Amino acid sequence: MAYNCVVLIKQVPDTKRITGQAMNDDGTVNRSALPAIFNPEDLNALELALQIKENFGGNVTVITMGLPAAASILRDSLFRGADEAILLTDQKCAASDTLATSYIISCAVKKLDPDIVLCGRQAIDGDTAQVGPQLAEKLGITQITYVEELIELNGKTITVRRNIGNGFQKVRTELPVLLTVTSEANDPRVAAAKKMMKYKNALAPIEVGQRIKAQNPDADGPTTKDLIEHKCSTLDQKKLLIKQWGLDFLDADLNWCGRSGSPTKVHRIQSVVLTAKESKDIEPNDRGISDMIHELIEDKTIS
Amino acid sequence: MIEVNKKGEVWVFAEQHNGQLEDTPIELMSKARHLADILDVKLAAAVLGNNVKDLSAKLIHYGADKIYLVEHPLLEHYQTNSYAKVISDLIHKHKPQIVLYGATITGRDLAPRVASAIKAGLTADCTDLQIGDHTPGNNSNTYKNLLFQIRPAFGGNIIATIINYDRWPQMATVREGVMPMPTPDVTRKGEIITEKTEISRQDLPLEILEEHKRQKKIDLKAARVIVAGGAGVGSKENFSLIWNLANCLGAAPAATRAAVDLGFIDHDHQVGQTGTTVRPSLYVAVGISGAIQHQAGMSQSQKIIAINNDPDAPIFQIAHYKILGDLNEVVPKMIKAIKEKGIKE
Repeated sequence: MAYNCVVLIKQVPDTKRITGQAMNDDGTVNRSALPAIFNPEDLNALELALQIKENFGGNVTVITMGLPAAASILRDSLFRGADEAILLTDQKCAASDTLATSYIISCAVKKLDPDIVLCGRQAIDGDTAQVGPQLAEKLGITQITYVEELIELNGKTITVRRNIGNGFQKVRTELPVLLTVTSEANDPRVAAAKKMMKYKNALAPIEVGQRIKAQNPDADGPTTKDLIEHKCSTLDQKKLLIKQWGLDFLDADLNWCGRSGSPTKVHRIQSVVLTAKESKDIEPNDRGISDMIHELIEDKTIS
Repeated sequence: MIEVNKKGEVWVFAEQHNGQLEDTPIELMSKARHLADILDVKLAAAVLGNNVKDLSAKLIHYGADKIYLVEHPLLEHYQTNSYAKVISDLIHKHKPQIVLYGATITGRDLAPRVASAIKAGLTADCTDLQIGDHTPGNNSNTYKNLLFQIRPAFGGNIIATIINYDRWPQMATVREGVMPMPTPDVTRKGEIITEKTEISRQDLPLEILEEHKRQKKIDLKAARVIVAGGAGVGSKENFSLIWNLANCLGAAPAATRAAVDLGFIDHDHQVGQTGTTVRPSLYVAVGISGAIQHQAGMSQSQKIIAINNDPDAPIFQIAHYKILGDLNEVVPKMIKAIKEKGIKE
């Protein structure tokens, strides 16, 4: 049978590549110096969905919730083989914690009625790994986290191998299911040149608006609106319009979105400053090293 | 949605597999005991499983006042839905103010499912927990005695303190290895409360076909001295320097993620955000630049020696002994010095 797969993806700052250049003099990280990237394990989730499509048929829809700029990872997904891309963007989504985020995404996923929902194990900006399980609960479906391998897909039954920390488990369940996928699962494919040519001009309506306004700074409101609508319908005919959904379209209950839907709040943020309380420079010669070892024995650090 | 309950207890989810308690709930006990004492409430452990009553005494010795014991044949093996259902029901019934889970794979699978079901907040992977007050920016109302859920974010570059003041319980998962193991007090007494559950086969959607567990090749958490190598060591062959120095010191050999990814040593030896968190008496960092993800796993070491040929390596900012030089010369000199001092291997 063919499977309807939905993949949740996120655009994140590249926190893994913080070098000296991205550090401020006071030892804190310069966040603006970090590029925005496709969350690494979300690429593994997308790859798994694409493999399911290739082996069994069906389609792959990618969804991201974020700022308009997050549309770039939707295009990237189209380059790699996704069939459809949806941008969830709304100012009322701002300040959502994982609970509110999973609620908003659940409203979108319910519209797509998927057989398999795939997420990366966790995103590298927060490393929480919470939205996947919370989304599964909101959808009322089974979750399997830390998936390392898809072993079998047979009709409505799926068998996977999951990491359990000090080993692995093989588990089987009935669809629908939500999987969170680790980097062990596969090597994500790169963008295909043909698809890049096809989708490089794909845009979400909010991006169309930004471009039209930039190109026609003097146009009045109604004219701008006409230009945007025209451009969107042209893109739509060419199947290059990225879908854009807001909270109204999702019929989301605003009490459960954004700040009001988020039980957790930030009390304080502190930058990490790297310092030792007291430090000594040791000469890299026999004398310096011998004295250091002597000191460590004296204070019983080593015995 | 559960309201604020200032009289609520502090709870720890006592993760067990096959009748064996994990380390994390025990690590959590001393911190949870401290929180409960400040709040002047009881500390309870929730024990779920089949024939697991024997674990109660151990949890009481480590600081619990009460045990909520839920035994059922269908709870024999952990499954997300069955365990989430039991925990959610217990929380609805007893309204604890704080619920803590180890940030193990099971804890990170279970806690968010529970949080979503009871519509409560959850903070992942905390490295510290405190009690404190919070005044929101827009009003003068101060919320007293909240759980400060302290965790690294942004790849460890910032430390965020998270709170929830209007919807409880306050829930967090806590990183493995960041809290020291408490000493048991075998004279402690506690109360065991047996709870009934109505779970059925429908709460077990997974069929567990196979399970393979293996012993870790090394227990870094228990090591008093650790010698760790980074990408700077250069090759798997040259990593013998790390093994030799570790042998000399009776230390555990360890590595950064970069060294593990390069195949110098097995993943079981990895220290850092995606490896083990350690707090030894002495940590010798050889050819390690000191990426923040690595520091997250070792910065609590009592003494740090850093050996690196790059004067700008961030590891020097947290090292107590800084040796700027070629590790291929420095490490043999250290081995020689240790042998001269007659440290037993």
